[in-house]
Amino acid sequence: MSPLTTLRPDFAAIARWIPAGASVLDLGCGDGSLLRHLADTKQVRGYGVEIADADIVACLNNGVDVIQSNLESGLSGFEDGAFDYVILSQTLQATRHTEPLVSEMLRVGREAIVSFPNFGYWKARLNVLRGQMPVSAELPYQWYDTPNVHLCTLDDFEMFCANSRLTILDRRVMTGGNEVGFLPNLLGATAMYRFKRAE
Amino acid sequence: MDNSVGIVSAQRAHFDTPLTLKSGAVLPHYDLVYETYGALNAAKSNAILICHALSGHHHVAGVYADEPKNVGWWDNMIGPGKPIDTNQFFVIGLNNLGGCHGSTGPSSLDPETGQPYGSAFPVVTVEDWVEAQARLADRLGIGQFAAIVGGSLGGMQALQWSLSYPARMRHVLVIAAAPKLTAQNIAFNDVARNAILTDPDFHGGDYYQHHTVPKRGLRLARMLGHITYLSDDVMANKFGRELRHGKVNYGYEVEFQIESYLRYQGDKFAGYFDANTYLLMTKALDYFDPAHDYEHELNRALARAQAEFLVVSFSTDWRFSPERSREIVNALLHNKRRVSYAEITSAHGHDSFLMEDEQYIAVMRAYLGRIAQECAA
Repeated sequence: MSPLTTLRPDFAAIARWIPAGASVLDLGCGDGSLLRHLADTKQVRGYGVEIADADIVACLNNGVDVIQSNLESGLSGFEDGAFDYVILSQTLQATRHTEPLVSEMLRVGREAIVSFPNFGYWKARLNVLRGQMPVSAELPYQWYDTPNVHLCTLDDFEMFCANSRLTILDRRVMTGGNEVGFLPNLLGATAMYRFKRAE
Repeated sequence: MDNSVGIVSAQRAHFDTPLTLKSGAVLPHYDLVYETYGALNAAKSNAILICHALSGHHHVAGVYADEPKNVGWWDNMIGPGKPIDTNQFFVIGLNNLGGCHGSTGPSSLDPETGQPYGSAFPVVTVEDWVEAQARLADRLGIGQFAAIVGGSLGGMQALQWSLSYPARMRHVLVIAAAPKLTAQNIAFNDVARNAILTDPDFHGGDYYQHHTVPKRGLRLARMLGHITYLSDDVMANKFGRELRHGKVNYGYEVEFQIESYLRYQGDKFAGYFDANTYLLMTKALDYFDPAHDYEHELNRALARAQAEFLVVSFSTDWRFSPERSREIVNALLHNKRRVSYAEITSAHGHDSFLMEDEQYIAVMRAYLGRIAQECAA
């Protein structure tokens, strides 16, 4: 097995939130890179959930346990409170039933972690100002072929959490691998949130 | 032949230690026929057991020297460089007790009477098969399998292994199987059995002495079974409403191509398979229900399992649907077992597990690659 030399920056940021030995469910886990990294570095036990055939094979080749399932039909196979963390990285914006899915994440997990492209990023805003939908490294699709049906900004997401009685525990905002502190809704390309149900 | 294990031969193991079956009946002695491919490594850690389904047997891969066209039933999966790679693994296929391919079954001669067992052959269960398979493993010096693999009824045996002998395997591959049959599934089996039981040539199961074979019943049983192994789509694509002679004749002879196909399949099967074995195999399917002793809670039934699992289902399999496989997966998740689950999109219904499908082969290759790495480590 080849060592993971280049971990996606948002994965590295998410990994910093996960304590050693935690149990993790990674929704839309792709080829299993994050889970593999967490298993190798933090003895994290977990499963990926993926729908794409090629990713199932990639996960198995990565030694990652994966369940082939459609997130849109919920997480009915997973029991309440089965995991410490449920992760949804770069997938939130592509889910159709976003609100029920977030609710499901916090049914099966104690805490949820999501990452998504920030539609409030200045380059995206500039594109829209120029009269076109943004196309970038974070949003590499044309309007007619994009899987992203629920794009949002940092502010949008935080308002959603407030309205849905979710407590944000931590936030990281990044652009090109660097942490963004100043004016994150304008200067951040990618957002990561850790949150739970309000007590 | 490409990537074939080549010429293989069956072996026979005789057992004199009585086997007490789940029913309470005792088999005082019995034979199991089996084949092996590849080499057992020095640590004896690379053995894989293949459990067969209803009509399967020990001839899983390769060909016989005197029958070059008799290719093993899972030859597309097993061989050098294939997903179950015989360069890496020592693979064992056997014919289960009650079978009709050489292991002791209803058509075998009972040494005490000199006559075929016939109706005297006891009903055997999946648990009994696992017990007999474990004795064969003892005989071959295998304490712990790298993996136990099975599709359909074979998948039930693989699952049962993980409960009967939790420490005797590291991986279990359960393909196109179910934790128990549904009422609809038992109903299909019962109609198939009734076709055999009501055949005038059945003679209460002792047809051997009458020098007859309940062919009509067995043929009907197979025709019915065959329908349930295929998907509606694949039948529609393959046969549709095509007519054999281009027009209907307003009679009861074979007119549609599907009728011709089913009769051919039925005749072929009835020509070599034993009716008593068919009855016994369908009963073993019906009885399998590991959750039964745990107030029907599969979660509790699978709590004993220690192995790591790969569960595979096929999208158009309505006899052993993906939902049934998910029940197994969910119970394993409940018990925090390592498990992966692949739902293969395939048009071929239950039969898909025997077919060449790119994604299916890729999933098997990837998972078995992980097992091979562990064996080498």
